[in-house]
Amino acid sequence: MEVKKKTAIRSMQYDEFKNNDYLEQMVRDLNRDGAGIILGSVDDLINWGRSNSLWSLTFGTSCCAIEFMALGAARYDMARFGFEVTRNSPRQADMIMVLGTITHKMAPVLRRLYDQMAEPKYVVAVGGCTISGGPFRKSYHVVNGIDQIVPVDVYIPGCPPRPEAFYYGMMQLQRKIKVQKFLGGVNRQEKKPKDMDSND
Amino acid sequence: MTVIEKIQKICPEAQVSTSGDTIVTVPSDSLAAVAEALRNDDQEPMDYLRDIVGMDWSEGLGALYYLESSKTYGRVVLKTVARDRDEAWLPSVCHWWRTAEIKEREIYDFFGIRFIGNPDMRRIFLREDWKGYPLRKDYDMDSNPLNMENEENADDTVEYYLKPDGTVEGHRNILFDQKDFVVNIGPQHPSTHGVLRMRTSLDGETISRIDPILGYIHRGIEKMNESLTYPQTLALTDRLDYLSAHQNRHALCMCIEQAMGLEVSRRVQYIRTIMDELQRIDSHLLFYSCLVMDMGGLTPFFYGFREREMILDIFEETTGGRLIQNYNVIGGVQADIHPTFQQKVKEFIKHLRSVIQDYHNIFTGNVIATTRLKGVGILTREQAISLGATGGTGRAAGWANDVRKHHPYALYGEVDFKEVLYTEGDSFARYMVRMDEIMESCHIIEQLIDNIPEGETRLKTKPIIKLPEGNFSASVETSRGEFGVMLESHGDKTPYRLHYRSTGLPLVHAMDTACRGNKIADLIAIGGTMDFVIPDIDR
Repeated sequence: MEVKKKTAIRSMQYDEFKNNDYLEQMVRDLNRDGAGIILGSVDDLINWGRSNSLWSLTFGTSCCAIEFMALGAARYDMARFGFEVTRNSPRQADMIMVLGTITHKMAPVLRRLYDQMAEPKYVVAVGGCTISGGPFRKSYHVVNGIDQIVPVDVYIPGCPPRPEAFYYGMMQLQRKIKVQKFLGGVNRQEKKPKDMDSND
Repeated sequence: MTVIEKIQKICPEAQVSTSGDTIVTVPSDSLAAVAEALRNDDQEPMDYLRDIVGMDWSEGLGALYYLESSKTYGRVVLKTVARDRDEAWLPSVCHWWRTAEIKEREIYDFFGIRFIGNPDMRRIFLREDWKGYPLRKDYDMDSNPLNMENEENADDTVEYYLKPDGTVEGHRNILFDQKDFVVNIGPQHPSTHGVLRMRTSLDGETISRIDPILGYIHRGIEKMNESLTYPQTLALTDRLDYLSAHQNRHALCMCIEQAMGLEVSRRVQYIRTIMDELQRIDSHLLFYSCLVMDMGGLTPFFYGFREREMILDIFEETTGGRLIQNYNVIGGVQADIHPTFQQKVKEFIKHLRSVIQDYHNIFTGNVIATTRLKGVGILTREQAISLGATGGTGRAAGWANDVRKHHPYALYGEVDFKEVLYTEGDSFARYMVRMDEIMESCHIIEQLIDNIPEGETRLKTKPIIKLPEGNFSASVETSRGEFGVMLESHGDKTPYRLHYRSTGLPLVHAMDTACRGNKIADLIAIGGTMDFVIPDIDR
């Protein structure tokens, strides 16, 4: 079945992104289930706004956080993409960027911050440590992948990732948001804590 | 009379071993007497305790004490072994060196050695309900699975003391009582420069106590080192203090090269020195950006990062990495410098000299900045030495502690540079030390950049390196203080113990002293000028 909903991000063509099976599947589901003209159009509008004003909760634990700061400075200027607003309170954030190693002592704190965020919320795992434990995989005090604690939407590999890699990952997240169903979908995604443990 | 003779006079049974570093072994009963005599010596007072390194030898648990004199810069290492493995006790030395208060807690956390007389014997990095002591050789790595319960922190602690009949007993010390108003700052707070958590008790707006809680980024690097070969251990040093990545790795390479008896070429020495100084400028620019941002000014953040990106470009061309470069290797550097390296460095320094005045114009003379920094968070020289607060923090208080000057390594013995010293010891002096050091670093680089000699950039070494038995150590001046590598080899391809002297741990410990009596609003500015990096503290 051909994919009909093609989402372009900025000036980048759809084909340049076409390498993510997971998003392809989401688009197929969306096309299969269909949506009303009005609801669908409102969804598009809301998603356009949501994807271009992602506010992140700063959760920098180590090296990757410094690269994230470089993103905020003039050269890489993340304001171009609408990510420049970082929030220090989980109540005001749309997504959490986990920048750096998560240790056993930090894990309950991360989970608590995640639980405090309002739906819809997204998690971006930045760097080798958050993805798998990275160079510290064999340590006694490092969580081998934050997907054991919180559901992850985008993984950005690297140690630390280059600023360009950050953008690529963030644009994947924008693209995911654009193909999500908002009304009746993610805006009503309230689940009980026990269901959230089983990753979606 | 040498230091060793002095020790032997007090304690005749002291033994001296000279495989690698010279180490004096004293029985644990005489440790207190030796420590007191060395600390209060007239000619050469050993008033700076560089580090205490916990150890698990087959004959028992124990510790190494690395001492230095702030007067003569002489160094000595003491070794002592606790008698009983299950009930390990050592006398505390925190009466003579305050930095021992926090370092003994670290050893208690990792090895389970209790220190008699230390007022605070809690765990420091690991959770309070952690089972076992991870750096003991018989620790079961699977004994503590991930615990998602929220951690509760006790408001009191235990102090152990020796009863006249020789038994040890503990009594409760209260950290925060019911009447204290305690504000929790961190671990997820953008202005603590990492995941530091401080429990701060207040009297009105005035800070009456700060209890730092560490370990939110404790990755167990020292334990991991014990199962890595020497070239593999290098990779983790860059991730300690990522703003001193070159310098950290330089220290470890120097230590291993010294143990192997390897002499690197002049070209490598030049490259390493230049890279160290570029890294220092990089770190100080970031310090400036972050300090001003923490205090509410956004423009200087863009200034600092504009120049910092130029350094990162230079790094990237030669090493391939921006933040973490993995450049130094045992016997040299990973690759030769890029053909445009010298030209770009010279252009950068010229540019930096032309814009540095803008930095001062926008912030240094600013009335808000000076009111918030001058006379705030004072550390005196004596306090800085006793707390082991090295680097810019110590030099702002008048303590000349620059390792580059007093224990020269690489090419620092041959270049001309000034050790920046201030005497006020307040936040403003700490800030000015760093700003002046940027210019000194430029001066050092300018002397070297045109004279890089030809030569090998990397000596061939075997992939598996075995070091001779003994203790080896090396220290460098990183961007924020003395970084030390303490290595014990038993002749294997992996280190028996590889410890790093954290530059930031004493600085975080000094926060309590520097902040007491100041306003809570100044806490972030004081912490910003201390300039600690948390992953380096937690290791």
